Amino acid sequence: MTTTSVPAVEGWFTTSTEPHLLGTRCTTCGTVFFPKASGFCRNPVCRGRQFDEVELSSTGTVWSYTDAQYQPPPPFIPPPGEVYEPFAIAAVELAAEQVVVLGQVAKGYGVEDLSVGAEVVLVVEPLYEIDGVEHLIYRWKPVAS
Amino acid sequence: MTPPESVAVLGVGMHPWGKEGRPFADYGVDAALAALDDAGVAWSDVQFVAGGETVRNGYPGYVAAATITQALGWNGARVASCYAACASGVTALDAARSRILAGLCDVALVVGADTTAKGFLAPVAGERWDDPDWLRFRLLGATNPTYFALWARRRVDLYGATVADFARVKVKNSKHGLHNPNARYRKEVTEAEVLASPMVADPLHLLEICATSDGAAAVVLTSMAYAKSHGVTSPVRVRAVSTVTPRFPNTVIEMPNFATDSAAALAPPELSFRDSIAAGAYEECGVGPDDLSLAEVYDLSTALELDWYENIGLCKQGEAERLLNDGDTTIGGRIPVNPSGGLACFGEAVPAQAIAQICEVTWQLRGQAQGRQVEGAKAGLTVNQGLFGHGSAVLLTT
Repeated sequence: MTTTSVPAVEGWFTTSTEPHLLGTRCTTCGTVFFPKASGFCRNPVCRGRQFDEVELSSTGTVWSYTDAQYQPPPPFIPPPGEVYEPFAIAAVELAAEQVVVLGQVAKGYGVEDLSVGAEVVLVVEPLYEIDGVEHLIYRWKPVAS
Repeated sequence: MTPPESVAVLGVGMHPWGKEGRPFADYGVDAALAALDDAGVAWSDVQFVAGGETVRNGYPGYVAAATITQALGWNGARVASCYAACASGVTALDAARSRILAGLCDVALVVGADTTAKGFLAPVAGERWDDPDWLRFRLLGATNPTYFALWARRRVDLYGATVADFARVKVKNSKHGLHNPNARYRKEVTEAEVLASPMVADPLHLLEICATSDGAAAVVLTSMAYAKSHGVTSPVRVRAVSTVTPRFPNTVIEMPNFATDSAAALAPPELSFRDSIAAGAYEECGVGPDDLSLAEVYDLSTALELDWYENIGLCKQGEAERLLNDGDTTIGGRIPVNPSGGLACFGEAVPAQAIAQICEVTWQLRGQAQGRQVEGAKAGLTVNQGLFGHGSAVLLTT
């Protein structure tokens, strides 16, 4: 039985009941970055080096979507001992940040549940398990219309 | 800016695409010798060798130019090995062309060769938590076809494209490549066969996504003066080379990224990255999309070929399906695209592919593209985009 769960990647998202992606905002020009930027701002007309951590909008609209009908190669970790189950992937536009973020689609939803412009919300779900530790990832879940 | 001088394409050559599993340098030698023989230039006369690199199977870059130079027999030529993912070949060509235009050499060999593994292109082994190209597989299971499919789906939902439209790109290209001796796949494919092949990444089927292949291509580039002294008075000419990178913010999701740039603080550029690639070549030489006789575009997927029609200015956004269905881009049509058969018939040999595009346009402009000739071809464009932000386009004319 799973006793603990940890984010599959450190510092990319919160795992509270209403999870958010974690990005950074340049304190000089306001450009938002996901995953987090550090060092030098990538806006070519900005010379900022300071970034604040920000929670990104937890809802967005689908920019595009697809699925993975074939099992991806390593370092993808397939569920052990099970038959491969295709999953959907969506690129989601966040209006306030004007950024498109790629993520898997929540378990149980496929391409038939998606369309360009449809609303989705961020959720956090198990991605894979290593030595009894559940590793979590952010996903996009269609909002029932 | 005054258009730059032309450089001459004196010779072109390829090793046929396939899956033989031989060392990449073997293929490179074959392609180089074919190009040298085509040019009538001795290996000992080559002053500069530029090679397109790739990264594969744990080797952090084959030292392409030096390795192939050594395999041909050290001749003291200066070398440069260029990595720009799928655009590597044109980055290498650009190095050779620049050296010729600067008067630093007269004869250069540009070569790209590859041996590929089966299946999905995947990152090299090891854990790299700071590498988006590794992370996208680990955290998202996002392969290259994932991105191709995201772009394809946009065409369906925004422009009303159908899976049958996409399938017809493959049908067209399979006809084009049928008699191309360098193509790996020489078999006509029907729309029904495409649609019956397994779905890989909705809406793209297996037969719509390019395979990975072994292969090699080479070009002998010379100054116009050298070509003349060599008895070639009207060679195919390189008129422009575009190796542009994106402008911030790039608002299209690109391999291997998790997100686009944010446009919240700075408005997106007038031209998208993919639009800017051919535009860079048009601007450099003053030849435009209306002047083209043909184009070789990077059809990593069927739907992506349609995107390119718009990106290189053959039609407006959302009109590519009509161009295809009207037969405009078929040999015999207004502006044939991928008369070679494209990646659909070749499969991708990464560092060689952009050079292969140049070989094809050269054969077309010389009237030597047997079985797939675009009649009266005078100008051709090659266009391609490499992972990590590498654009590549070459404009060639008679």
